[in-house]
Amino acid sequence: MDALMQFVFSGVTVGAVYALVALGFTIIYNASDVVNFAQGEFVMLGGMITVFAHLAGLPLPLAALGAILATAALGVALNRLAIEPARGAPVVSVIIITIGASILIRGAAQLIFDKQLHGLPAFSGDDPIRVMGATILPQSLWVIGGALAVFVGLWAFFTRTLTGKAVLATSNNRTAAQLVGINTGWVMTLAFGLSAAIGALAGVLVTPITLVSYDVGVGLALKGFAAAMLGGMGNPKGALAGGILLGLFEALTAGYVSSHYKEAVAFIVILGVLFAMPQGLFGRAGTERV
Amino acid sequence: MLTVENLRARYGRIEVLHGIDLTVNSGEIVTVVGANGAGKTTLLRCLSGIQPITDGRVVFRGETYVTTPAHKRLRHGLAHSPEGRQIFTNLSVEENLRLGAFLYDDDRVARDMDEAFALFPMLREKRNLAAGGLSGGQQQMLAIARALMGRPACLLLDEPSMGLAPLLVRQIFDVVTGLKALGVTVLLVEQNAFGALKVADRGYVMETGRIAMEGPAEALIADPRIREAYLGI
Ligand SMILES: Nc1ncnc2c1ncn2[C@@H]1O[C@H](COP(=O)(O)OP(=O)(O)OP(=O)(O)O)[C@@H](O)[C@H]1O
Ligand SMILES: [Mg+2]
Repeated sequence: MDALMQFVFSGVTVGAVYALVALGFTIIYNASDVVNFAQGEFVMLGGMITVFAHLAGLPLPLAALGAILATAALGVALNRLAIEPARGAPVVSVIIITIGASILIRGAAQLIFDKQLHGLPAFSGDDPIRVMGATILPQSLWVIGGALAVFVGLWAFFTRTLTGKAVLATSNNRTAAQLVGINTGWVMTLAFGLSAAIGALAGVLVTPITLVSYDVGVGLALKGFAAAMLGGMGNPKGALAGGILLGLFEALTAGYVSSHYKEAVAFIVILGVLFAMPQGLFGRAGTERV
Repeated sequence: MLTVENLRARYGRIEVLHGIDLTVNSGEIVTVVGANGAGKTTLLRCLSGIQPITDGRVVFRGETYVTTPAHKRLRHGLAHSPEGRQIFTNLSVEENLRLGAFLYDDDRVARDMDEAFALFPMLREKRNLAAGGLSGGQQQMLAIARALMGRPACLLLDEPSMGLAPLLVRQIFDVVTGLKALGVTVLLVEQNAFGALKVADRGYVMETGRIAMEGPAEALIADPRIREAYLGI
């Protein structure tokens, strides 16, 4: 029983990170139908920039804020320099561009920073909190809280604000969006900036637990993608649920089967979802009529 | 209100508008009729700014447009209800209407929505349904209502009767006539030349990217060449 609780805590913590990556996918997907595989690199940059800014003497909160802003700016630049010029190309081509961009960002990070593993001090100390016979790190609560806060924010953004609706309208029908007065170029800037900022925030929150190096982005993008598929691409609720579920699957597999199989869980989830329920748990059912 | 001078446009290397001249005066209903592929849709796309022009200019209420983006033109009062309706199929009817007034965030939005519902009561019943589930005629009404939410002084309307049953076609043309009473100037593009000329004040006949004929609507309806080529009588 205590062991189970322990697996659940670690699963939910890791799952919250996957959820944050998946939430980042959600915005860009909602604006453009593109799955941005550079999303994992945003997480890496959030961690790496914070680490190096902190080493350079900046207080942690300031370093984190700077990292989030710098990563958001990079997201906007990615859109301007690589995604917008390919407008009109098939979605698959654009997705391949994002994969290329992620390789480029990773290479640049290796040159600018280094190849070492880096950590950050935990925000609220390292003393484990005892709950129901198991323990949880205070930093885990930061990660889980961060995922919840971003989820609530995005959910409110898409359902309660006109700007959020404008993002949805832009992906649904770009021409029509322009004709109702939406500056669709600005919507894309917003989507990439916001997605990148959310990714960077995830990197800042998780680095004290998992450490960061230039190459953590690939794995995270894959896990976040699996989570988003499981929950239903484009839906914040799905991203949160999918992330937590994937984290739980992984932790329980590692705990009760073998940690060797842990890494396979995400692949099995992707395949299972593709075969059994391509819409995911909360996916939007297509209501097109032509 | 709207003046088009020597407008040219192309798809790739193929020019499809070869210098269009046209005017629409405030309060008029003007129609552009013509066969399949004449370039009517391209003309409206150039006027609203969702397609670049290669030569000429568009003057609307004293503003000259060459590369002005669509959202700026709408702010000046030039709205476009495009061919094929182009509603937001994944969003609800009400969300479609609210987005029609995207540029505005004031008390008038709610009033305009009530007016849209009064004009098309069916939309009020379906306000919470996904717009993609509406029938073709209902989608057309939604498209017009959404464009009206943008507070247009002039509405560019592309083939509102396309694909509709005869009864609905009549209803749509009645709505177009009604726009005049609402103070909206209309530039109506139609393949249904007879229906369009009957509600219009003036008309242009377009043939392969050129204006072939123009005049008062009654004169065009009476013209034997038009009767033979477009009205089938
Ligand atoms: N996206 C496109 N790419 C290339 N050529 C196009 C495109 N759209 C239209 N055309 C061509 O441009 C010409 C004008 O087309 P347009 O759609 O403006 O005509 P239209 O008068 O609106 O026709 P319809 O009555 O069928 O709607 C046609 O020859 C058409 O084949
Ligand atoms: Mg057309």
